[in-house]
Amino acid sequence: MTDESAAAVMTSAQSGQDDVLVRVDNLVKYFPVRTAGYVRRTVGHVQAVDGVSLAIPRGKTLGLVGETGSGKSTLARCIAGLLPVTSGKVTFDGDDITNLSRRKMIPYRREIQMIFQDPYGSLNPRRRVGAIIGDPFAIHKTVAGNERKRRVQELMERVGLNPEHYNRFPAEFSGGQRQRIGVARALALRPKLIICDEPVSALDVSIQAQVLNLLADLQRDYGLTYLFIAHDLEVVRHVSDSVTVMYLGRVAEEGPRDPVYRTPRHPYTAALLSAAPAADPDAAASRQRIILTGDIPSPIDPPSGCRFHPRCPKARELCSQEDPPLEVKAGDGPTHLTACHFPVEAGENLAAAAAARRDAK
Amino acid sequence: MSISGLEFQAAAVEGAPEQAVEGRSQWQLTWRRLRGDKVAVTAMIVIVVMVGLAIAAPAIAALVHHPPNIAYPNTGENAVGNPVGPFTNGFWLGTDDTGRDLMVRIFYGARISLFVGIVTTAIGTFAGVAVGLIAGYFGGVVDTILARFIDAVLAFPYVVLALALAIVIGPSLTVIIGVISFFSWAGISRIVRGQTLSLKEKEYIEAARSLGAGPFRIMFIDILPNLLAPVLVLATLYIPSAVVFEATLSYLGLGIQPPTASWGNILAAAQNFYQVAWWYTVFPALALLITTLAFNLLGDGIRDAMDPGTERLLAARRGTKRRRLERRAMKGAGPSDAFPDPPRQAQPPAGLG
Repeated sequence: MTDESAAAVMTSAQSGQDDVLVRVDNLVKYFPVRTAGYVRRTVGHVQAVDGVSLAIPRGKTLGLVGETGSGKSTLARCIAGLLPVTSGKVTFDGDDITNLSRRKMIPYRREIQMIFQDPYGSLNPRRRVGAIIGDPFAIHKTVAGNERKRRVQELMERVGLNPEHYNRFPAEFSGGQRQRIGVARALALRPKLIICDEPVSALDVSIQAQVLNLLADLQRDYGLTYLFIAHDLEVVRHVSDSVTVMYLGRVAEEGPRDPVYRTPRHPYTAALLSAAPAADPDAAASRQRIILTGDIPSPIDPPSGCRFHPRCPKARELCSQEDPPLEVKAGDGPTHLTACHFPVEAGENLAAAAAARRDAK
Repeated sequence: MSISGLEFQAAAVEGAPEQAVEGRSQWQLTWRRLRGDKVAVTAMIVIVVMVGLAIAAPAIAALVHHPPNIAYPNTGENAVGNPVGPFTNGFWLGTDDTGRDLMVRIFYGARISLFVGIVTTAIGTFAGVAVGLIAGYFGGVVDTILARFIDAVLAFPYVVLALALAIVIGPSLTVIIGVISFFSWAGISRIVRGQTLSLKEKEYIEAARSLGAGPFRIMFIDILPNLLAPVLVLATLYIPSAVVFEATLSYLGLGIQPPTASWGNILAAAQNFYQVAWWYTVFPALALLITTLAFNLLGDGIRDAMDPGTERLLAARRGTKRRRLERRAMKGAGPSDAFPDPPRQAQPPAGLG
């Protein structure tokens, strides 16, 4: 990594609140691409996460946005210790937890829990709900027997499930109820950090609101810190204190929620925001969508320079040559950082530029 | 809900677990479907009767006053020393060549056969599940070594090895159980390994890891319950093959040694008398046939009951099934032939443009 990005790490870390629960420094996660067969040569790397830094203040919610393949979930799994990190550092509550062995990680497992995307895949279909929610107690040997059952039933009640359904199987619950089971399991050990990996993406809109409200209530009551991953921008706006936008394994833009949503500086953020559906038909009709060309490039062979440049309506020569540092742009607050050579200015018509670029192709 | 309400429910759950279980487990559903399958129910009854007779063999021997290894040269053999037929002189299924009670010996043989079948299948299943889980879950070098070992065992000419071992060590029940167990785990391992490979990628396994569960907890608490269905079906189908294997070894004289009765050695002795004493061959062979058939049919029934997709098939009467097939045949002769698939040249491969 270059000096600029190291400097950006410092700014992003120092400019936030002092009481930081989770800090990620320059995290890199490459998956080797190997040939098939017995002699498996490594022929390349999927650069899933390539030098990402984050800081999540205690008791706050950081929203992580990006399209499929941007490395959000990989980043989450690296923080949760489910994937070994290629390089970089994850600090939790002041302790370095990067690449700890399973045994050394156990105390931190109690503090860091995850809620998964798929409410059908994340619950073992052959085990009863009581056993699933009681798993954290069983694994960490905290409470057992009737006390465990009592605690599990308390948890079920807390997340809005009927404690009588202790003996049911996951298949007997609806998607929203299943996600509540996942929340209860994550909550069992009273963690400090809950990583929500697209917790509501698989749910109906009406159910989404219920689960989001439940998460908000739990945050208020237990002082939880959330890393909230989603591709639904409105959901992220609803829950987050600050937002990080990822593109192809890098941070494109980060900052407090309102400035990022009101005045996005990175063309990618602007395009994402313009694509989000609006509830008001008049607003939707008058809005100009920035339509990007092409798909997200392969993370095995990412574009040179700024990774967004092949799709960017504002891309120039410089963008394909030089990697833009993540830094404060003119007119932004001290915590609003953008990795772009030519950030979006107020009143600029990106939609027209994107359309012109499409026509040119 | 108040705390007292919660406690009340907790107490109710403890007091009457059966009532508190509203959800039907996979096993309850399987059992319901199995009960509706007449063939499987018949097979179960046959197995229960056979096991009952095997357990009751000493009682039956006492009832007819014919211990299994006592010869009755006066009543059990005719004038020229050949076996007597069924329902002669108090021998319900006749006698064998030395004048022993064939029925009592068949039931004593059932003890050996069923014992060997069930014990070897149990050992093979435990070993097979353990090896399959370890190979599938850990993967890598461990998997490569274990998978090749499984292949080697499956490729082995097991009758030849069994014969060699029986000759070298000497025939005994322990050798039989050891040999059959050794050759029954590999097939189960292969299935379990394959299932584990796919199950370990599920999100709930990742959830267990994120909670801090160790590999053995994940294997036995999270993965194993999802494997029990195919393992149960396989185990049910392994019992009859173990029974047949034992009979084969005993028939070849390398299994259970006379005078201890086993279906295999009764059949071996009977082959010299099939012209004068048909019952001597037919009844032990029937016992072997009925038992293995019953286990096989039960295994098939369990497999059908485990897979909800076959429920409709079981429910469908033969008539409706035939009508459906006829309808399909008519449909097949109509529009699908009139409009054959478009020729392939219509869409050139994209890469060639």
